[in-house]
Amino acid sequence: MMKQFLLVALLLACMGGTRAQGGPDDSIYQAFGGQPGLVKLMDDFVPRLMADPRLQPFFKDTNLKNLKEQLVSQLCMVSGGPCKYAGADMKSVHADFEIRKGDFNALVEVLQQAMDAQGIAFTAQNRMLARLAPMHRDIINKP
Amino acid sequence: MPGLHGLHFHGLRIFAMALACLGLTQAAGAQGMPAGRGGKLLLTGGVSSIDGAAGGGLTPWAVTGGYATQDQWGATAHATRVRTHDYALTAYGAVLGWGDRAELSVARQDFDTGPTGPALGLPGLRLKLDILGLKLRVAGDAVLDSDSLMPQVAVGVQHKRLDAGGLAPTLLALGAKDRGTDAYLSATKLFLAQGVLVNLTLRATQANQNGLLGFDGTQGRGTRLQPEASVAWLLRRDLAVGAEYRAKPDNLNPSILGEGLKEDDWADLFVAWAPTKHVSVTLAYVDLGHIVPAVVTRRQTGAFLSAQLAY
Repeated sequence: MMKQFLLVALLLACMGGTRAQGGPDDSIYQAFGGQPGLVKLMDDFVPRLMADPRLQPFFKDTNLKNLKEQLVSQLCMVSGGPCKYAGADMKSVHADFEIRKGDFNALVEVLQQAMDAQGIAFTAQNRMLARLAPMHRDIINKP
Repeated sequence: MPGLHGLHFHGLRIFAMALACLGLTQAAGAQGMPAGRGGKLLLTGGVSSIDGAAGGGLTPWAVTGGYATQDQWGATAHATRVRTHDYALTAYGAVLGWGDRAELSVARQDFDTGPTGPALGLPGLRLKLDILGLKLRVAGDAVLDSDSLMPQVAVGVQHKRLDAGGLAPTLLALGAKDRGTDAYLSATKLFLAQGVLVNLTLRATQANQNGLLGFDGTQGRGTRLQPEASVAWLLRRDLAVGAEYRAKPDNLNPSILGEGLKEDDWADLFVAWAPTKHVSVTLAYVDLGHIVPAVVTRRQTGAFLSAQLAY
């Protein structure tokens, strides 16, 4: 029984080993349709944010045009595209709000809905989310 | 003892029914959760294991049951049916979760001994196991820490009490106790970019067949550390397939019945579907190995079906 278990563990270890390849990789950026795809996604995402009662209060005083541009630039950079996000850092821009894990996850859900609506493959969605999720450390400030 | 079990059962049933009502009302009301509630992402609270704790079908994970995050209460209720060639198990229970920090679980298993009861001169024999569980997340976040290998880690205990009915004197003769407490350490990690969830659990246990045949025995070696593993692959946000393996002790082998009470590890292949945050259904093919091979010699493979209401 122990042998079978070790075999499973070994298999898992191999799976982990094939993860990141390193080097410049813009495959996520491409899977999102490059710059036009990201603009379309954010054109869809931001109105969804404002329509969600869980999230609207956080963004009611935000310049939405600016927000959209910043998000496109950020997603572009995070997904390996040819952009440099030059906006405010995540910690200071969220410091004025009490943000809990539930709020963070609510935003993830709305982003997932927008990605679904844009027909982005589930696997590509998860690769993008895996790049974004670690930002929770700077964004969630109400432990 | 029967009185105590009856009381447990009654309380559990009311609790489960209350949760069911809650779930249905919510499900009817809206797809999503109201603002400020249900902070977890879909399926990230796992499903209900047969022992009650949130996890896979056969093994607990480090996640907490229900959809609560910080400062919220979450809850689930579940009913599970397992049917193998010769035996059947009905399990039901509920979980109360505090944030993604702690969970309290109750479960009852009712095992239909099939042809083994009559063979022992105990027709209609059923084994009833009550399980009270507590789980505490001690570190990590299974979902959001996607840039590190750090898993979500939890420790838990499961106190189990067996009502073996007419089999109780036999178990006593075998040196098996009618109650025991498992302690476990679980590590759960979602490899988000790959859409693969892995859980490893190490359980310290004396249980024979999960406690359905009591705990330890004359020839047993006391508390044993047993590994359990689950792998799940997310096909869609609401759909996962996977496999589980649960190693078990073999305390009643040999016994006065020779190898007749030998037990095997458990394994399953499952598909879990959560159409909303309030409902999930898990279907599995299970291999429970040999169960009392003195009477029934073939391996006990079969189907596992579980429904969960969550809040």
